Amino acid sequence: MTIDTVESTRFWLSPDGSAIEVDGLSFRYQRMHGRGRQWTLDHLTFLVGAGEILGIVGPNGSGKSSLLKVLSGLLPIGEGDVRLGGLSIQKRTQADIARVVAVVPQEYQQVFPFTVAETVLMGRFPHRTARWWSMGIGDETAGDLASAHQAMVVTDVLSLADRLVSDLSGGERQRVMIARALAQEPKILLLDEPTAFLDINHQIEICSLITRLRAERRLTVVLVSHDLNVASQYCDRVLMLKEGGLCRIGSPDETIRPDVLRMVYGCDVVVDAHPQTGRPRVTMPMSMV
Amino acid sequence: MLTVHRWVAVIGGLMLACIGVLVLCLQFGATSVGLGSVASAIMHMVRGDLADSPSLETSEIIMVQIRFPRVLMGFLVGAGLASVGVTLQALLRNPLADPYVLGVSSGSALGVSLAILFGIGSTFMLLPVLQFFGFAGGLLALLLIYRFAQSKGRLPIHSLLLAGVILNAILTALIMFITSIMEPNRSAGLMAWLMGSLTAPGYPALGVFSIYVVVVLLVLMHKAQLLNVLTLGEETARSLGVETERVKKHLFALTALLTGAIVSVSGMIGFVGMVVPHAVRLLIGSDHRLLLPASALVGGMFLVLADTVARTVLAPAEIPVGIVTALAGGPFFLYLLLWRKDRMF
Repeated sequence: MTIDTVESTRFWLSPDGSAIEVDGLSFRYQRMHGRGRQWTLDHLTFLVGAGEILGIVGPNGSGKSSLLKVLSGLLPIGEGDVRLGGLSIQKRTQADIARVVAVVPQEYQQVFPFTVAETVLMGRFPHRTARWWSMGIGDETAGDLASAHQAMVVTDVLSLADRLVSDLSGGERQRVMIARALAQEPKILLLDEPTAFLDINHQIEICSLITRLRAERRLTVVLVSHDLNVASQYCDRVLMLKEGGLCRIGSPDETIRPDVLRMVYGCDVVVDAHPQTGRPRVTMPMSMV
Repeated sequence: MLTVHRWVAVIGGLMLACIGVLVLCLQFGATSVGLGSVASAIMHMVRGDLADSPSLETSEIIMVQIRFPRVLMGFLVGAGLASVGVTLQALLRNPLADPYVLGVSSGSALGVSLAILFGIGSTFMLLPVLQFFGFAGGLLALLLIYRFAQSKGRLPIHSLLLAGVILNAILTALIMFITSIMEPNRSAGLMAWLMGSLTAPGYPALGVFSIYVVVVLLVLMHKAQLLNVLTLGEETARSLGVETERVKKHLFALTALLTGAIVSVSGMIGFVGMVVPHAVRLLIGSDHRLLLPASALVGGMFLVLADTVARTVLAPAEIPVGIVTALAGGPFFLYLLLWRKDRMF
């Protein structure tokens, strides 16, 4: 398992060791009527190192989710290029990307009664070996089952395997979606607001899970978050977007600073050191009234 | 999880149940025929000596020429409608989707009515022509529904149902307009067909129809795994490597093909496509690799039973089978809408 992971990691890495290379990337929605020809993402250039956790923060509408969708091939590139493991995303098919990148969406609604195990197994879809005559029946190989089982163990949802996804709490559902993404055996994990709508207990749980996954599976993680403290505590580097442009990228100490936050968000906040980690901690200032 | 073992057990069991229901329903009708005659008629058919056999009894003639094709057609129509229902529900991520409720059947019916109005394929000899018109009308209705109900890449349940109701009203008005400008004797036939009837079109046409239904069903089953992934949502499906736009186009075309064929032979039979998949899903779960064939078999059985009721309650008169399915399915639909709403959204 470990050897295999290392081998394949080396295989898809670009020569300089970065997992994602974003090179002059611009994107705009085709049918944006009012806002004319403005770029939603405006000439972004940055690298994400292999095994790094990168947090993307920025005000509402700054293009965070759009960036995540471009990185996973869900939205087309306007200008510039995105390379995953040294290979341009435009040269990869959607199925090809799916074997490298897994996405955990912000919210997940399942209207049909699928169990947790069935949902996690769907993560094996990009790896299935098509046998047209079987009509998909019994397509799950022992490898698929092992991978899904492992993903459920890591995310601690094994005990929920036979429960219906629609019956789960928000935190449990989020863990199932991460398990589904892990069953994909990706090199890169993209998460959109993984801690939104969760209480503090589940927030800690998800964040430490992400840190553990990086350590155990050598995953490269890119996560979008509204919570500056999540970005500061759990990310190696933070990328700040403002109106689609790259405002600042760097370690939390370099980015989560009162002057930078004032520039990006246009408001004053209190930043002090976290008592345990020493990383910057953001709190709201005392009301001026 | 779906194993080969479980699939074979469920589908095998349902197939046995289907045979039981078919044999049972062959006995009932305006004249009741005993099991013995059913058996001997089947033997005659198997040996293929129907045409020149002088030993055929009246009951066997009824069996071979009227009742057997009718039961077979009921089964195929029911199986087809349930499959269309399953596919539409997964495609629109909405457990209340049904070709009848969404106006797809009305679209097909309008296509077929237009063909009949202009005298194209007014006999069943030209079944494929009628089916083509049914397909075109159904596809058009489906695309309109999809266009109108979509907002921000999602299909909210209320806008979907609302769009279906409005489209249905418009299409029904157009169909009524067509019947009103036809000569009375032709429009009476059209009306009887519209209300849903399983009068079989004779063996050659029935053969064409069964091949049609079985082929589309097999293609749909081949895409069952894609249906599973599509229920995760379109973006998640794409992030799993599914080319959703292409898959959606194929599935839309397949459902319209099947609906068109069904409506052109049997008119508007409602609610089978919604009630059956829903009930089957509650019993065996949502995996479409099992759900699709199981719903097809149960749908076939359901419609054959409904048709048996339609043939026998007022015997020797018949009521249109569409009335029976609507009376059974409508209240079920309301029940789902009112009391199980929390599970729908």
